[in-house]
Amino acid sequence: MDLDTRLQNVAVVGAAGKMGSGIALLLALELGYRALESPDRTFILNLIDMNDAGLQALVRYLRDQAAKDGERQINRLRSLFKDRADLVDNQDMVQEFVFEVLLRVRTGRTMDLARESLLVFEAAFETEEVKHAIYKDLAQRCRPEAFFLSNTSSIPLQGLAQACAIPGRLIGYHFYNPPAVQKLVEVIQPRDCDPELARIAFDLAGLLRKRTVPSADVAGFIGNGHFIRDGLYAIRQVERLASKHGFVPALFMVDRVSRDFLLRPMGIFQLLDYVGIDVFQLITGVMTRYLGEDLHSGLLDRYLALGVKGGQGPGGVARPGFLDYRKGRPTAVFDPDTKTYLDLDGPWAKAAADWLGPLPGALSWKALQKDPDAGAKLAAWFQAIQGMDTLGAAMARSHLRASRETGINLVRQGVAASPEDVNEVLKLGFFHLYGPINDYAQGERP
Amino acid sequence: MKDMPRPVFLAAGAYTVSLGPGRREFNPRAPRPGLDHYIKAAGQAVLAQISDPGLIDEGVIGNFMAARFNRQGHLGSLMTIVHPSLEYKPALRVEGACASGGLALATGIKSVLSGLAEVVLVMGVEVQNTVKSLYCADYLAGAGYYEGERKGGPAYFFPGVFSKRAGAYGARIGPALARGAMARWYRNAVENARLNPEAQEHHNTVSDLLAQGLTPPNPRNFTEHLNLFDCSKVSDGAAAILVASEEGVRRLGLGRRDVVEVAGMGQLAANLTVPPPDLAELTTCKRAAAQARAMAGIGPQDPGVFEVHDCFTISGLLSVEALGLAPAGGGAELVLDGATARAGRFPVNTGGGLVGYGHPTGASGVRMAVDLWRQLTGRAGAYQVPLAREHGIMVSMGGDDKTVVSLVLRR
Repeated sequence: MDLDTRLQNVAVVGAAGKMGSGIALLLALELGYRALESPDRTFILNLIDMNDAGLQALVRYLRDQAAKDGERQINRLRSLFKDRADLVDNQDMVQEFVFEVLLRVRTGRTMDLARESLLVFEAAFETEEVKHAIYKDLAQRCRPEAFFLSNTSSIPLQGLAQACAIPGRLIGYHFYNPPAVQKLVEVIQPRDCDPELARIAFDLAGLLRKRTVPSADVAGFIGNGHFIRDGLYAIRQVERLASKHGFVPALFMVDRVSRDFLLRPMGIFQLLDYVGIDVFQLITGVMTRYLGEDLHSGLLDRYLALGVKGGQGPGGVARPGFLDYRKGRPTAVFDPDTKTYLDLDGPWAKAAADWLGPLPGALSWKALQKDPDAGAKLAAWFQAIQGMDTLGAAMARSHLRASRETGINLVRQGVAASPEDVNEVLKLGFFHLYGPINDYAQGERP
Repeated sequence: MKDMPRPVFLAAGAYTVSLGPGRREFNPRAPRPGLDHYIKAAGQAVLAQISDPGLIDEGVIGNFMAARFNRQGHLGSLMTIVHPSLEYKPALRVEGACASGGLALATGIKSVLSGLAEVVLVMGVEVQNTVKSLYCADYLAGAGYYEGERKGGPAYFFPGVFSKRAGAYGARIGPALARGAMARWYRNAVENARLNPEAQEHHNTVSDLLAQGLTPPNPRNFTEHLNLFDCSKVSDGAAAILVASEEGVRRLGLGRRDVVEVAGMGQLAANLTVPPPDLAELTTCKRAAAQARAMAGIGPQDPGVFEVHDCFTISGLLSVEALGLAPAGGGAELVLDGATARAGRFPVNTGGGLVGYGHPTGASGVRMAVDLWRQLTGRAGAYQVPLAREHGIMVSMGGDDKTVVSLVLRR
C-alpha cells in the first residue's frame, strides 16, 4: 500500500501535547492541500488525546496555523481555487482552506478513532509504561496493515514493537520541537522494520519538507545521546565550580559559557528547562536502563522534589526551572537551598561574569545565523578562545572537548553512521551553528 | 471647465503622521487609533490655524475603503466630530479609489465655485493597518475592475498591475535602466521622508538605499518587475485643508501669503472595464495635467514644485513623463540625472511622496495639496526647497490611471 493511500486515514495519539500538536498540524496541512488537489478522495485525520481541553485548544491552533499557512501559500491557493467562481478575494480562499483543513479532522478521547487508520503517529508521554499501554491497545484495534510511527526520543523501538505484538510495523520518527518549524526528523529503524514502512517514513519526510537523519535503535538515539550527556556534563561542572564560587553563580557561569562563549542559541540550563527537567530525568532513566551507563543525576531529583521542573505552559510560555523567564528571556537563577530565584541583575551575577572574563569578540548566535561568512568567523572565534587565559575560555574549551567526545562516541558505538550525521542533528535539531565533532578544540587533549 | 469662474484658494493645511511599518511607534500587535482619531487630528490641526471654526460652510471627506478596512460607512456624518460647528451643515464623503483625496479637493473647489460655500473643509482619511497586507491587497483591488480582473489577477493585485507597467517600461527603455531609475526614485523618496517628521520612512536609517532599491524582484513571492521597496507601504493617516473664496479668505483673517490660489484643475475618469491603451504611459494623468496647466496658462516646466502619485516607483517615473518633464521613455534618465531630487530642477514629492511619506489611500490627494501649499508658502520646515517659480502642480491618481485629479497651485 503506497503512501498516498495511507495518507487517506491517519491518526495521531497524544495529539494535544506539545509535540503531538505540531505533528497534527503538519499532517492537517498536508491532508488539506491533498484534499483540494484530489477532490474525489476522502482524507481523515484522527486526533486522539485524553485531554478534552487540550483537544479543543488543538483545533484552535490548527485553525490559526492553517490560516497562516494559507496566507503564506496564497499563490498555490489561488491556483487550486481557480475554478471556484465563488472564491475571489485572498480572504475567501484562505478561509475556505481553513475549512477544508478542519473538515478532515476528527478529535476524541477514544483510541477507537484510529481503527481504520493506516498511519498512526504516537507522541505520548515519554515513559515505557505509557507507550506500552498505547501500542498494546492499538495492536488490538488497528488493521493488520497499519503502520506506527513513534515520536519517542529515547526508547528503543525493537523491544517496544516486540512487547506490543507489532513487530516490523513500528518505526522511530522523532520530530524536534516545535515540529512545524524544526527541519529535522530522526528516523530509527528497528532491526526487523518492514522495508515498506522505512520507505514510507522517508517519503513522508520529503512531503513534509523535513530532513531525515537515520539513527541506530539505541536508547537516546543521536539527539538525546548528545543532549543528555551534554546536560549532565554541565551539571557536573556546576557541582565542581560550586565549591569555590557558590552554587547559583556556578550554574549561571556554566549556562553563560554554553550560550555566549560556545555561541549556542540558548544556554544549556535554559535548554534543559525548555525540554523540561522531568522529561530530561525520564530520558536519563531510559538510557541508564538500556545502556548500563549511569546517567542518573541527584541534582535533578532534588529539583523535581521541590516541584521545580521547567517546561512550557500554554502558548509555549517558559515555566520556571533552573532559571526563571520573562518574555522568554532568563531573568533569575533558582537557588535550591533558599528555594528562591536570584535576579540576574543582582551584584552576584556581575561578579560571576567578571570571574568568567570577557568574550573574545562581539559575535552572537543570532547574528551568525544568516551570516554567509559564519564558518570563518567561528574558526577565528574559537582560535581566540584557545589563546585566552580566563576562566570563561577554559570552561568553553573544556565544554567543546566534552561535546566532541560525546559526538565521537556516538559514532564509535554505531548510534550514528558518521560524524556528519551527529553534526547534522545538532545543527538542525538544536539550531547549533556547528556540529560537536569539529576542530575548534584542536591541539588539546580531550 | 475652461477657466476658473472665480478665484479659489487653499489654506491652513495639515496632516497626521503616516502610521504603519517603518515608523518606530508602529506595533502591529498593539491596539492603534482608528478613523475617529485621524479625522479629528487632521481636521483640528486645520482649525487650530484659523480664528473661528464656525466660518466653515461645509465639509468634504475623501475615503476609499473604510467600509471594508474599518467596517464604517457614512463618513460625511462622521467628519462632524472635528468640531460641533460642523453639525447641521452640508458634509459628504467622496470616493475615487486612491484619488479619493483629489476628488474631495475637486468637490470642495466646485462647491466654492458654485457660490454656495465660501469656506470648505476638505479632508482625506484611510486607516488600513486593520488587516494583514494580503487582505489589504483584497480591499485595494476594489480600485480595479472587480468582476473582470480580480479572479484571474495575482494575490497582490495592484503590485501585479504596476509590475506589468514596469515590465512594459523596461521593455521600452531597457530593464536595467528602468530598474536603476526605480531604485533612484526610492532613494529620493526616503531621503525626502527623513526630513519630514510625519513621514512613514522618517525613521529609515538604511545607508545604501540605492542598493536596496536595486534588489531583484522575486516573482515567486511577489511580482515579476517590482520589489518591496518599489511599493508605498500600508498606512494609516489623514490630511486636511481649507478651500476658500476670496471672501472666505477675508473672513478667515488670512493674508495672501498664507494661501495659494487654485490656478487650474483637471479632473477626469477613464473606462474602468478596459485595459489602459499604453502600459508604459499614464494617459489619463497626462490629459488631466495638460488640462490643469492649460487652465493656469503655464507650460510643463513652469512649476517649481511637483507632487505625483508614486504608489509604486514605476508610477513615479511614468508620472514625470505624464507631466511633460521628459518625453516618453525619458523619465528614467531625468530621475537618474537627479533632476527630480530635492536639489534638482524639478523637485518632486519633497516630503517623501507616497513611497516616502506613506499612502493612506483616501488621504493622499489632500496630503499632496498640503505639501504644495507648505512649499509655496514657505511652511515646509526641514523639507522646504528654495522656489524660483510661483507654481506647483499635483496629480492624484486612482486605480490604474482611471480617476485623476490634477491641480495647479500658485503662490
